[in-house]
Amino acid sequence: MGKNMNKLKHLIAVLLLAPALALAAGTGVKLDHAPIDENDQASQQRGARHFVNYCLNCHSASYMRFNRLRDIGLTDQQILDNLVFTGVKVGDLMKVAMDPKDAKNWFGVTPPELSLIARSRASEAGSGADWLYTYLRSFYRDAERPTGWNNTVFPNVGMPHVMWELQGEQVMAERKVQGPGFEKTEHVLKLDKPGKLSPVEYDQMVADLVNYLVFMAEPARSSRTTIGMFVLLALGLLFILAYALKKEYWKDVH
Amino acid sequence: MSEQNTDQGKRQFLVAATSVAGGVAAGAAAVPFVASMLPSERAKAAGAPVEVDLSTLAPGERVTVEWQGKPVWIVRRTKEMLDTIRSNDGQVADPKSQKKMQPAYATNEMRAIKDEYLVVVGICTHLGCSPVGKFAKQAESFDPNWQGGFYCPCHGSLFDLAGRVYKNKPAPDNLVVPPHKYLSDTRIVIGEDTKGA
Amino acid sequence: MASAPKEPVQFSGAGPLNAPISGVLTWVDQRFPLMSLWRDHLSQYYAPKNFNFWYFFGGLAMLVLVIQIATGIFLVMHYKPSAAEAFASVEYIMRDVPAGWFIRYMHSTGASAFFVVVYLHMFRGLMYGSYRQPRELIWIFGMMIYLCLMAEAFFGYLLPWGQMSFWGAQVIINLFDALPIIGPDLSTWIRGDFVISDATLNRFFAFHVIAIPLVLLGLVAAHIMALHEVGSNNPDGVEIKQHKDAKGIPLDGIPFHPYYTVKDLLGVVVFLFLFFMVVFFMPEMGGYFLEFNNFIPADSLKTPPHIAPVWYFTPYYSILRAITEDFMLILAIGVAAYSILIWLTARNQLVKLAAPAIGLVVIVLMKGGPLALEAKVWGVAMMGASTLIFFLLPWLDQSPVKSIRYKGPLFRTALSIFVIVFLVLGYYGTQTVTPAGTLISQIGTLIYFSFFLLMPWYSAMDKTKPVPDRVTM
Repeated sequence: MGKNMNKLKHLIAVLLLAPALALAAGTGVKLDHAPIDENDQASQQRGARHFVNYCLNCHSASYMRFNRLRDIGLTDQQILDNLVFTGVKVGDLMKVAMDPKDAKNWFGVTPPELSLIARSRASEAGSGADWLYTYLRSFYRDAERPTGWNNTVFPNVGMPHVMWELQGEQVMAERKVQGPGFEKTEHVLKLDKPGKLSPVEYDQMVADLVNYLVFMAEPARSSRTTIGMFVLLALGLLFILAYALKKEYWKDVH
Repeated sequence: MSEQNTDQGKRQFLVAATSVAGGVAAGAAAVPFVASMLPSERAKAAGAPVEVDLSTLAPGERVTVEWQGKPVWIVRRTKEMLDTIRSNDGQVADPKSQKKMQPAYATNEMRAIKDEYLVVVGICTHLGCSPVGKFAKQAESFDPNWQGGFYCPCHGSLFDLAGRVYKNKPAPDNLVVPPHKYLSDTRIVIGEDTKGA
Repeated sequence: MASAPKEPVQFSGAGPLNAPISGVLTWVDQRFPLMSLWRDHLSQYYAPKNFNFWYFFGGLAMLVLVIQIATGIFLVMHYKPSAAEAFASVEYIMRDVPAGWFIRYMHSTGASAFFVVVYLHMFRGLMYGSYRQPRELIWIFGMMIYLCLMAEAFFGYLLPWGQMSFWGAQVIINLFDALPIIGPDLSTWIRGDFVISDATLNRFFAFHVIAIPLVLLGLVAAHIMALHEVGSNNPDGVEIKQHKDAKGIPLDGIPFHPYYTVKDLLGVVVFLFLFFMVVFFMPEMGGYFLEFNNFIPADSLKTPPHIAPVWYFTPYYSILRAITEDFMLILAIGVAAYSILIWLTARNQLVKLAAPAIGLVVIVLMKGGPLALEAKVWGVAMMGASTLIFFLLPWLDQSPVKSIRYKGPLFRTALSIFVIVFLVLGYYGTQTVTPAGTLISQIGTLIYFSFFLLMPWYSAMDKTKPVPDRVTM
């Protein structure tokens, strides 16, 4: 088909890659990478406990059933003993006790449903897990907000810093950066008052919680990838047979 | 198209092998679709065991609870009711409950774990209507010598106070006794028993 | 229709079962055109022997249609088409229905796979001149399938009732508002309400599940029947029916069965490998197949910061957004130039006179002061025109040869540029509006339409190569 066709094919290939390069450049806040291992059930179990203790009072996870936690290695009895406080059954959905109308009155907006938060917060800047991991560690004291808290990842958020006793209190500090011929003022978060957990311990706690939220957003994920391997293997086998069959019949055709 | 010697044997083998492999793959592909029609987690949760508090149930009274979408009756039987059950043996079709309409622990004369409490699914074994409770020992239009039990208005089947079906009635079987167990003297759970059935 | 009695069907290959199977098949064949269908469309349908990679996609499109219908049926068993319950019912499928997540991912991946396959199938047509006489009707049916497919995808996308579902539908239906006089009433009639609501969801469900699938099945049947009536084209654009042997079988033809059934089976296995790789390992495809915003339930009071249509609509979305007030002047000049070109070169007297007249009317509607339609209206019109213009291809292509293998440098360059522009427009359709993006989309729009509108000229004056008599392998 000639050299020109090849040149044009290369041009098409380069142009197909160009959007990927543009997408790689993130917009907005830079997100930290969430250090989670989606196969670490112990981490997910700790995260489930944090979720039930700190989040389920205001937020609901109304698409998630308590007994789905079997998928992270818990028995129904363990779930009932450690994670169900409101007398509901293990097969019930994780609904919130708070009336959504009250929530709207107190916080200005109904606290969002969290079942899918780890999927919906994904963006070009990072995965949903990255967003949540950064968000939960980016609250800072702000006297001008009704809750007294603000957040660099979600400016003017209606949510207070629920885990402030554990992290401690961060404030927004200014930092002057000087360079050859320029001076810039940067805003950074600084831990003003330490909490019950050290920064490393708090980060670990948030990582566990985020790991759980990722699990909750798609409980079928681990089955999905496991079954997927078998399916692709089977199709590989079918490919060998179909290829041999095709080659055999097409010997006839010249 | 060439007419050279085509290896028919090899072709037949490859067609057969590919067909078998393809058939297996198609069968495997059908499994999730068929499985998706099984009861979902929501259906299973709705059909979960039900706990009942019996402390407020007076003798001679009945309470109805819903389990798996069906009515389950718990009747607190008096001593007289228990006596009439014993005298009914000749009138009912399956007095010793030989047909498996109840778990092993209810295969006795009173069809119960504790004689005092009858636990049955309130659905007539004929065509599924819910019988009416007629506990009083008095003459009725359907039986001048009525000893007390249940009367199904749809086609006239009769059951005694152990849920046993009377002879020569449209319903073929005794009322179903669901799996159940006692958590205490006054708490019972329907839908679960010690064998985890 | 009196004719000689049919021969009994001979079935072999099943050993001891040969006789009973032959018996049953003969019984059926006496009452139903079983064997004649088998012969006409499979065992004695002679297709060119030189089909290449680009010829897999028609069969694959049929496979994806079957996948979508099968998975669709099982999804509808659990989905609830009401504004109050739709989103929750999709999560119910994902979490509570056994293997529900698998069926859902197959359906969402299948929707995107359908467009990948169909675009490649259409590109084959563009390359090899499959739309040329006598195959114009196959092309027309195919274009109707394409339009139905876009409608099917659009209606289907509302059903999960996520933020993107809701706002994407809101934006697109609002486009109809732009139409003069009937616009607002038309939009309200389509919606069944003043905004996208429960009424809209329910009727889109009816369209997506029943109305369009039935139409699609009919059109696919017509498409294949038209193809079989004329016979398939091939990469060389050579008509194989011109050289037949003593028995009337094309010399360059091979029976579809077993040769292409066996080859398509291989294509199916490769396709399924790629398809399931996505389903099991990357169903979201970075937010292109399952958009992140759609994991948030629809909120009529909160518009997401960035609304974009699904990737397969983005080239047309780019064209829609490119038509700004400033651009209208360029378009008007383009229309004027085009009318003059036709007036100068047309041989038909009617066309020679009609072109400037129509051109003048269009220019007035573009830039004629009080009579001009808003740029918004022209945006909708141009977007519509950009899909409909494909219908005209059989008549726009005036080249003496069918296949790109023998066309000259003008057509090859034009087609390559068209592909690049289609992809570039597609990319900018995913992005937010920027001055640079708008400029590039405008240039892209001009090139896009020029590919079609100038084709009668550049295809006719192209320096073609001699077409062989017989196919090349």
